[in-house]
Amino acid sequence: MSTTLLAALPFYPLVSFLLLIILGKRLSWQQASWLSVGAMALSALSSGVLVYQLSQSDVHVLTVQLWSWFSLKGSTGIADVNFAFYLDALSSVMICVVTGIGFLIHLFAAIYMKNDENFSRFMAYMNLFIVAMLILVLADNLVLLYLGWEGVGLCSFLLIGFWYQEKDNVLAARKAFIVTRIGDTAMAIGLFMLFKSLGQLNIVDVTQAAQVSWQVGNNDAYWIALLLLGGAVGKSAQLPLQTWLPDAMAGPTPVSALIHAATMVTAGVYLIARMHGVFLLAPEVMQYVAWIGASTLLLAGAAALVQTDIKRVLAYSTMSQIGYMMLALGAGAWSAGVFHLMTHAFFKALLFLTAGSVILALHHQQNLFKMGGLLKKLPVESTLFIIGLICLMALPGTSGFFSKEAIIAELWSSPTAGAGLWWCAIVGALLTSIYSCRLFFLAFLGKQRFDTQLHIEKSKLLRMSLLILAALSLLGGLISLDLQAVFTDMSAPVNKVNEPYWLHTVAIITPFIGITFSWFYFARYRITSNAEIKASQSMLSQFLRSGLGFDALYQWLLIKPYCFIARLNRRDIVDQMIMLNAWYVRLWHDTLSTSQNGSLRWYAAAFGLAIVCLVGVVTL
Amino acid sequence: MMLTIIIFGLLLCGGFAWFMEGIKQNSARWIALGSFITFMVFFAFSIMNSPQSFNELQLFVRIPWISTFNIEYALALDHLSITLIILTFFLAIICVLVSWQEIQDKCGFFYFNLLASIAGIIGVFCAVDLFLFFFFWEVMLLPMTAIIAIWGHENRHFAAIKFFIFTQVSSLLMLVAIIATAYFYAQQTGALSFYYQDWLQLDIPLHLANYLMLGFFIAFAVKLPSVPVHSWLPDAHTQAPTAGSVLLAGVLLKTGAYGLIRFVIFLFPQASQDFAPIAGTLAVVSILYGAKMAFAQTDFKRLVAYSSISHMGFVMLALFAFNPIAYQGAIVTMVAHGLSSAALFSLAGMVYNRIHSRDLNDMGGFWQSAPRMGGFALAFAGAAFGLPGLANFVGEFMSLVGAYPHYPMLVILAAFGLIGSAIYGMVLFQTSFQGAPTKEIADLSMRELMISGSLLLLLLIIGLYPNLLLQYSMGAPSL
Repeated sequence: MSTTLLAALPFYPLVSFLLLIILGKRLSWQQASWLSVGAMALSALSSGVLVYQLSQSDVHVLTVQLWSWFSLKGSTGIADVNFAFYLDALSSVMICVVTGIGFLIHLFAAIYMKNDENFSRFMAYMNLFIVAMLILVLADNLVLLYLGWEGVGLCSFLLIGFWYQEKDNVLAARKAFIVTRIGDTAMAIGLFMLFKSLGQLNIVDVTQAAQVSWQVGNNDAYWIALLLLGGAVGKSAQLPLQTWLPDAMAGPTPVSALIHAATMVTAGVYLIARMHGVFLLAPEVMQYVAWIGASTLLLAGAAALVQTDIKRVLAYSTMSQIGYMMLALGAGAWSAGVFHLMTHAFFKALLFLTAGSVILALHHQQNLFKMGGLLKKLPVESTLFIIGLICLMALPGTSGFFSKEAIIAELWSSPTAGAGLWWCAIVGALLTSIYSCRLFFLAFLGKQRFDTQLHIEKSKLLRMSLLILAALSLLGGLISLDLQAVFTDMSAPVNKVNEPYWLHTVAIITPFIGITFSWFYFARYRITSNAEIKASQSMLSQFLRSGLGFDALYQWLLIKPYCFIARLNRRDIVDQMIMLNAWYVRLWHDTLSTSQNGSLRWYAAAFGLAIVCLVGVVTL
Repeated sequence: MMLTIIIFGLLLCGGFAWFMEGIKQNSARWIALGSFITFMVFFAFSIMNSPQSFNELQLFVRIPWISTFNIEYALALDHLSITLIILTFFLAIICVLVSWQEIQDKCGFFYFNLLASIAGIIGVFCAVDLFLFFFFWEVMLLPMTAIIAIWGHENRHFAAIKFFIFTQVSSLLMLVAIIATAYFYAQQTGALSFYYQDWLQLDIPLHLANYLMLGFFIAFAVKLPSVPVHSWLPDAHTQAPTAGSVLLAGVLLKTGAYGLIRFVIFLFPQASQDFAPIAGTLAVVSILYGAKMAFAQTDFKRLVAYSSISHMGFVMLALFAFNPIAYQGAIVTMVAHGLSSAALFSLAGMVYNRIHSRDLNDMGGFWQSAPRMGGFALAFAGAAFGLPGLANFVGEFMSLVGAYPHYPMLVILAAFGLIGSAIYGMVLFQTSFQGAPTKEIADLSMRELMISGSLLLLLLIIGLYPNLLLQYSMGAPSL
């Protein structure tokens, strides 16, 4: 019973996708939304049932095989690569997030995108994304995971470029796809190495085989973990492949909420958590993970401080929060990382969707400096946004608080993290609270800086989806994740005796310091005065606003040379060389055929000259 | 008997189509379509009812042809050739369908050439007498050259001559190698023989085998094609009519790969092993160079042509890894590339028929007016850049997984081709179908929907259930 349920899970949205694509514009708005949202509701319900059943049963794992894909006859026997799903505590969390949040966002999107002429195409892509994401998190082997991985990348590409008539959107979509593809290639090479050294691609088998055949610090483990990390940083927009995420905000806002905040970008975190058996054998790579997380979280936090576009602030904030998750994984705080993944999905989806409502109300105005004073005009949205922000800042009692504290608490004593990274996390928290306050002041307080009539959407469904998300954001911290069964093998007893007594106090009061600082520093944003406010144009702000110059760097380092070589060699140098033969033949052909001109005098002269030469040669 | 009927039947039907077109207009295409379908069904039916297992070559006919030189008319089949013949038939039907409206001039002669070329290709896939093989090799080339030269685009004569010279020069080398091997056989046993199974028994000293292998290798590398002898392909593919491009990319390139397997690797195992690092390097250069050149193109068909070079590089890399997984990957890649490049060329033809241009700069925003076409374009581009779920992914993945233990560095370099293919795939799809709409074009007609739909369906089936192919090529002879 439950295996059928598991096997069917990705098929509801798949069927809906197919119907939407085939019928397309022949469906009315009602039909299309019933179909797509209904499929999501079914998925969410069955995930709920599945997780409940799993928690009731004695076994902690549920597997189902759909069909066999292909098999690889390696040196150590045959490795079957199947279409098979594997549900354990970790993937349970993921399917709940994907289908639950996915359902709410679909509901929101059905109303948000109502007037778009390509509504059914939009919903079809959203459904397809859920299919791919479910395959990604349920895959029992790495090749199937890779299928989902590329599938979500494709959907992300399609949805960023959904309004394909704008050149910018098209380029943003291309960038997202190609940048993540670089990471994917690293991951693919990792899979080749993995298969060579272990002869397995099934996740459970790989984990077991790795523990049997590798020692800690094994060279193969090091390279494989590093390459898998390459895939993860691409998908999760971490350094150095983070540049695509801010541009990805070109997509419709529900897309940003679903794909570029709540689910897809956390796939990298999921991958590392899923493959923790391999990562544990490569402590150096764990350190890299932690450092990548920490540097991304600081970099993105700094960039978020100066953005002018509300969605870009949230995008950088997403990057920075995923940095926390990476930091947690690197420190070996697996459960805390996954917990933060879940709570982040709640409050970031809430923030994005509320921002979407605000943007809709302002007739697609996304510039923070053209908002202001919305608190009174949009009280409900403002309240929801405040809820999202306090979770993001991790004020005590909210879901963000529980998960972020869980991460920070483990950093100091972790063998692969330590005090330095702990301080990074604290500074990150400070930055988070400062940019959150700035965002809030600019958008909701201060003087009204727009002169259009607000377009207020009064749909109950829209409100309902936001309210549920708000409730989850506030109370989600109380959900206790039982990931012990998944992450049993590692938790080496950590000696926490040497931790200073002030650690927790500092961690808790940091956001309040940030708020107090912002209250005074950004005072001109929040008080209603007539002084005009503008975004700072100093060199530093410009540098930060551009995401610390990474785009320019890659432009010069990679894109320009590649395009230059391509342009230089457009006519194919190899072909040119081969065509030299043709040119040579033609040259002789032309030379000789001019001599065959039929004129007698010419022949006679040539004849005479040849005789003279011949005689000369003979006599000399 | 069955194979003889098919090969000569196709030739006869070609003549008949040519003749009938003179009597009744538009009858040739129906005859061509009918004969392809009939022979395909006949072929599939005979294979399925055949009691033999095709894990080894099964001889169908062997009668003397030119007895002075012991040249025989010998045809045989195994799973590899069956797979490729089915692919050939399927793409032949696609060729007729894409030419349905496009070819208006000298219709009868066109379909005669098409049928003759297919007959030659099928002959190539089942000949087991090397002289006969060479004969069919030429039979498939001449009509192909005619198709390019007569029904091609603006620069067709140049492209046809270039194609012809490249293949002729290289097949001359093969002819020399064939004759030399036959004489070597005579030296050893006292009688000439061109029979493949006889040659398999030969024990050729390595220094000689190296040269003979090279003679075959060059002929097939030109056909495959591999850098640096690839440059006939962009011209030929670009200038050929749609059916010509489909046939060239879908099937003709596969004869190169088939030759590499059947003759280079099996006749000269040791020499090929020694040569493998060079072949592997050439393959990787082809993958990367092809991908990079594809990105630089502004001509839709030229872009796809260069992408073919890149894809066939995977086949060569896999074949010269001498690994069963890679071997299966090569077979899947061959079929997958046959389908996906045929699909992209048909698409190019459909676009050309609407806007009379192949230049990407003239395209843009077609999604607006032709969403179905856009969907198919995306799927086919996806197949080209190895999207999992479509056939090419399985082929490339297995090729690289299998080749990795032998050539780790080469495979890592080849994997960069995955990035390169994403770049050109994006450029192809986005510049033609996304962006601001420039022109209104009609969406797919019923016939075009059938072409694209069947190709996509096959790509999906092989991508999701490759065992359909693999269960037969499991018996990859001990490599």
